[in-house]
Formats: sequence, structure tokens, C-alpha cells
Amino acid sequence: MNHSLEVRNLHVSIDGQAILKGFNLTVPKGEVHALMGPNGTGKSTLAKVMAGHEDYTVESGEVLLNGVNILGQEPDEISHAGLFLAFQYPMEIPGVSIANFIRAAKQARLPEGEEINAIEYYKDLYAKMDALKMDRKFTARSLNEGFSGGEKKRCEILQMAMLDPKYCVMDETDSGLDIDALRIVSEGVNHMRSENRAFLVITHYQRLLDYIVPDVVHVMFDGRIVHSGDKELAKELESKGYDWVKEAFATASA
Amino acid sequence: MNTSLETSTKTLSAKEPSWLAERRSAGLDQFKNLAMPTARAEEWRFASVGKLSIDNFNPVAAPSSATLDALTERSNLVSDRAGLMVYVDDAPANFECIGRELAKQGVIYLPISEAVEQHPELMEKYFLQESTELGSQKFFGLHAATVKAGAVLYVPKGVEIEKPFVNYYWTSGSRAAVFPHTLIIAEDNSKASVVDIFFSETEENEALNISVSNIHAGANAQVFRKVVQDWNEKTVSFQLDTTVADRDAQVKNVAVNIGAQRARFENQTRIEGAGADVKMYSLTVAEGAQEFDQRTFQTHNAPNAVSDLLYKNALLDKSRTIFSGLIKVAEGSQQTDAYQTNRNLLLDPSADANALPGLEILANDVRCSHGATTGNVDKEELFYMMQRGIPQRVAMQLMVFGFFEEVIEKIDSEELVENLRQLIHQKFSSKIS
Ligand SMILES: Nc1ncnc2c1ncn2[C@@H]1O[C@H](COP(=O)(O)OP(=O)(O)OP(=O)(O)O)[C@@H](O)[C@H]1O
Ligand SMILES: [Mg+2]
Repeated sequence: MNHSLEVRNLHVSIDGQAILKGFNLTVPKGEVHALMGPNGTGKSTLAKVMAGHEDYTVESGEVLLNGVNILGQEPDEISHAGLFLAFQYPMEIPGVSIANFIRAAKQARLPEGEEINAIEYYKDLYAKMDALKMDRKFTARSLNEGFSGGEKKRCEILQMAMLDPKYCVMDETDSGLDIDALRIVSEGVNHMRSENRAFLVITHYQRLLDYIVPDVVHVMFDGRIVHSGDKELAKELESKGYDWVKEAFATASA
Repeated sequence: MNTSLETSTKTLSAKEPSWLAERRSAGLDQFKNLAMPTARAEEWRFASVGKLSIDNFNPVAAPSSATLDALTERSNLVSDRAGLMVYVDDAPANFECIGRELAKQGVIYLPISEAVEQHPELMEKYFLQESTELGSQKFFGLHAATVKAGAVLYVPKGVEIEKPFVNYYWTSGSRAAVFPHTLIIAEDNSKASVVDIFFSETEENEALNISVSNIHAGANAQVFRKVVQDWNEKTVSFQLDTTVADRDAQVKNVAVNIGAQRARFENQTRIEGAGADVKMYSLTVAEGAQEFDQRTFQTHNAPNAVSDLLYKNALLDKSRTIFSGLIKVAEGSQQTDAYQTNRNLLLDPSADANALPGLEILANDVRCSHGATTGNVDKEELFYMMQRGIPQRVAMQLMVFGFFEEVIEKIDSEELVENLRQLIHQKFSSKIS
């Protein structure tokens, strides 16, 4: 079996407007890849298409998890196949507590007729909240409702840790986090790094990559990856900005 | 409705005091003389009155003792209680009377017929004295003429009872007409709570319900009434309820509406004493071709009082809901706080929620608000939940429970809440796909 997240020549549009234009990427299990690029280049679009969002039209291409194409599957099926998306803008779900929500998500992974063990569930939940320095009182609060920007992002990582996905896509998890929270969340992610798991970390800031050190850094521009390198590439971008990328590659795509 | 009804009316009144016989015959006249509702009448606007038929439903003979026992067995939503009455097709099936302590304090908890016999003055003062004014006067007349089943709770001055009195009204027989009645009289400084539960024996037995409930809350009395309506979907139901609140009385009504093919609710709240505080909460799950038609009227005839209404409806399939509410603040009822909110959540684009909120204010120093909102399931919320692996049908159910949470949390009894979640869950599990 092919143990990777692989995107092959993906073309995606919305309302007739092309957004992803021949996107290619392979993230093998065990690796962390960073995806950087100017606003509006299609990073979040990529993340949502992979997760099965119905608003986007896939013109051509494939997204393979362990070699199996997941495009066309329902979002819950893709989740069960192992893909987790930490949202750039997590939704607020009024009246549904964090505890009940994550519980429903875990319950959905059990075979018909099997019930989640509540005691073990809460033990696990509290341990992970403690590690992320989240107040245990949060479990009873409505999911994301009235949460600060940073609290929402922490809650995304809590869900990621609880659901044990094999392919983690994190869309600007660092935005909204204060300096301490950035370190705590990064520790949580680093703790999850393993031979059996792959990460795609979408970010604008080099600072996150000091904590979560990537194996590969990709630069995205106008709907595709235009340049890849090691972690030094992120530093180069930080000092030079994207104009450099635009000048170097805009002509190539024209 | 045909002649056997009138016969049963006659046999009832033969044994009854004259004041009751008079009320019954006035009721029968009212039923006969008033026309069936028409869609043109404002009180029936949006209701599908064309499909509203009460023909060929009749009071039926008492069910077998096996049926009575079986349904008594199933009357198990609330285990910790001060008293219990179970009726099946208006026939008594079980009665757990109050303990000696409460009896010594003067508390009365009796079936209507016994209350009429043993406490005629009390019953003459309160029984069948509050009619609806919201459109179903004809049906109230029939109820008055026919009612024989129901519970009377009387709590004397200063007596506080924490545990609820629980009344079950079942239907069982073929095309049975039932007329359940709950009368609650809470004297000054007393405290009482009641749960009324409407159930059908099977999914198939067709039935007509015309029930009445009247609450009289004395000065500084506290009354809490919960209503669970889970008729089968072969039932046509009218619930004609009133609350009268005296000075500083606190009344809370919570209704959970799940069943019936067409369910009409008329709820009138009348504030007659300064400082009273009446809350009305309701949640409804409508599915298939069900229609829930809710008409409410909050009247403030005294100053410094609060009335707060929140009706939440979740609609599936081609179901319909109608909410029409009116707040009336009489001249001189200054410092009134009156609120009325109707929120509808559409889970299917073909569901239909109608709202007609209204205000009539004759005092100048008041705080009143009324409003209705209707929204669809948020697609992005659904995507978010499904991304976590939650199937669509479960996600929608979570959203509906989330939507209802602010009403559910008012119910204040873990056991009942858990049982209600189960009832709602059952309704869902087969229906959302
Ligand atoms: N639902 C949508 N409807 C219309 N346009 C959309 C939609 N989603 C994305 N787009 C457009 O697609 C383009 C790419 O958006 P996307 O959110 O993927 O960018 P991004 O790389 O994540 O940007 P940022 O760094 O600001 O988060 C933008 O021009 C955006 O306006
Ligand atoms: Mg983005």
C-alpha cells in the first residue's frame, strides 16, 4: 500500500472561475510538509476540496489517501478514511458541547451497536485538554461559540488529537494564537508526529516552522506549487517576501 | 360528531350538580351553534382547516383491563412523583393518590368526578370557567359537554410540594374521542408542579383529542407545568390551555410537542396581579406531513409583571408549523415586560413555517418585544461536523438538540429530559437520511 497523501494534477473551479490549476503534491507518512503562498492563491480551497466540500467543482485530477482516490466521497467518509482538516475559520455550533461533539465523532467511528466507553473517553479528553492547557470547563461550552480566535484554534487541535487521524491538514492554525499558545499547540502537534502520520501545514509565518520543523516547504502561487525546498526556503521567503516568487515564476505560468 | 356523544352528555349530567349540568348544556349549545372554522378567519390563518375533520370520532367504551394494565406499565417517564393518574380513552386505569402528610395539609389530588362530588364549591368556582378565545370555542364547548376524565390538583395556602403530579392521557380504541382535563389551583404562597403526558397506545389507532388545562396561580404561588405531547400521527389534537396569574405568582410552562397529525394549541396567559412572572417555553419536532398550529395570547391586566414566551420549532420533510402570538398590555399595566419569540429551523426546503407575531399596547411605560425567525440548516456548519466523521443525519440531530437546548434546560428534571431525548431521538432516527 502507498502510505501517502497524494494530489495529482488537480484542477478546481468555483462558479466557473479556476482556482487550482494543476496542483501536485505528495506527503508521505512520517513527514511534515509546509504550504506557503500569498493570500488568495488557493490554499484553503485545496484543503476544503480534499475534505469533500461540495461547493467546488473538480474539473480533473485526483486526491489519493493510501493510493485510494477520495474525491467524490462524502466528507464523513473522507474523515473516516483518515483525513483531518483543522479549519482556518472553525464554525460555531450553538447548543452542541465540545464533549458531546467529539463524542459523536468518535462514536461514528465505532461499529454499529458498539457504545463508546464514557469513563475512558473523559479520561482521554481531559488528558488532552490538560496538555493543550485548556480549561476543563470548556467541555460543557457550546462548540466554538463565543470562543476567542486562539481558543478556537486550540479546540481544533484538541479534536485532531482526539480523533487520531493519519493525514492532518492544518490551515493557518497559527493565526490567532499568542506566543505561549503557539508553543503549546506546536508541542501538541510535535507529540503527534510519527512514522504513521503525515502533516500538511498551511501557514504564512516562518515562526510556526521554528516549532514544527518541516521536512519540505512548498510555495504555492496562482493555484499550483511553483517551488519546493527544505526548511531554509521558509526563511528565505520571510526575508524576501513573495514578490521574488512572483517574478521568478509568474512568467513561467503565463 | 354524532348522536352517541349527546347521549353520553345526558348520562353524565343526570348524576351531576345543577351548576355543572348547566355548564355542560351551555357547552353543547356552543358546540352546535358555532360553525366549523374556515380558512378565512384570522384565527385560522395558514391552518389547513379543510383537512380538519372531527367526524366519526366518538367516546369509546373502557378498554380491557389488560390494556389498562399494559399502558399503566408504560406510564413511566417520571418515577419520583407526588401522585399519578393514568387514563386510557378517558377511562381510569391507575390512580396513585397523595400520601397522608399532604392530605393532612389539605392538598387535593383527585379525578374530576370525585372532586365534583367531594369538593363541589371548589369545583363550581374553578371547573370549566376558563374558555379559549383563540378560535376553538366550538371545540371547547364540546369538551365542556363531554369531559369526564382528568386531574384536579388543589394546593392550599403556604403548602409547598416539590415532587410533580403526573397525569397520563392515553388513546387506544378505534377512532376514540378523548377530552382530558387538568385543573391546577395553587393558593397563595403555595408551590406545585404537574406533568401532563399525551400518548397513543400504537402508531395506528386513530383518535381525536380535545383537552383543556387551566392553571390558577394565587398570590406568590409557584406553578410549574410540563406537557409532553407524543400522540401517534393518526391523531387530531386540540390543546386549549389557560393560565391565570395573581400578584407575584411565578408560573412556568414547558411543552414538548412531537406527535399528532394536526395539533392545534391555544395558550392564553392572563396576568391579573402585579409582579407576576409567567414563562412559556415550547419545542416542537415536526416531520412527514404533520401540522402544528400554535396560537398564544399574553394579557397583562396588572403592572410590573413579566411574561416571556419562547417557541422553537424544528421542521423536517413537508411538515408545517404556524405560530401566531399576541401580547396585549391593558391600560394602566405600567412597567410590563412582555416578550414573545418564535424560532423555526428548517431541515428540509419543503417544510413550511409561518409566523404571525402581534402586539397591542395600551400602557406607555412597558418593555415589549416580539419576533420570529426562520432559518435553514447552515451548510458550512454541516460540512464542519461531517468533516469530523459525523454522518449527516446525526449531525442534523445534534443541531436540532443544540437548537432546542435552551428550552430543554428549563425542564429541570434529568430523568424526564433523558426520556424526552429518547422520544425525539426515536422520531429522528428513521426520518432523516
Ligand atoms: N466559496 C467561494 N466562492 C467564491 N470564491 C471563492 C470561494 N472560495 C474561494 N474563493 C476564491 O478562491 C480564491 C482562493 O481562495 P482561498 O481561500 O483558497 O485562498 P487562500 O490561499 O487560502 O488565501 P488566504 O491566505 O487568504 O487564506 C480566492 O480568490 C477566493 O476569493
Ligand atoms: Mg486560506
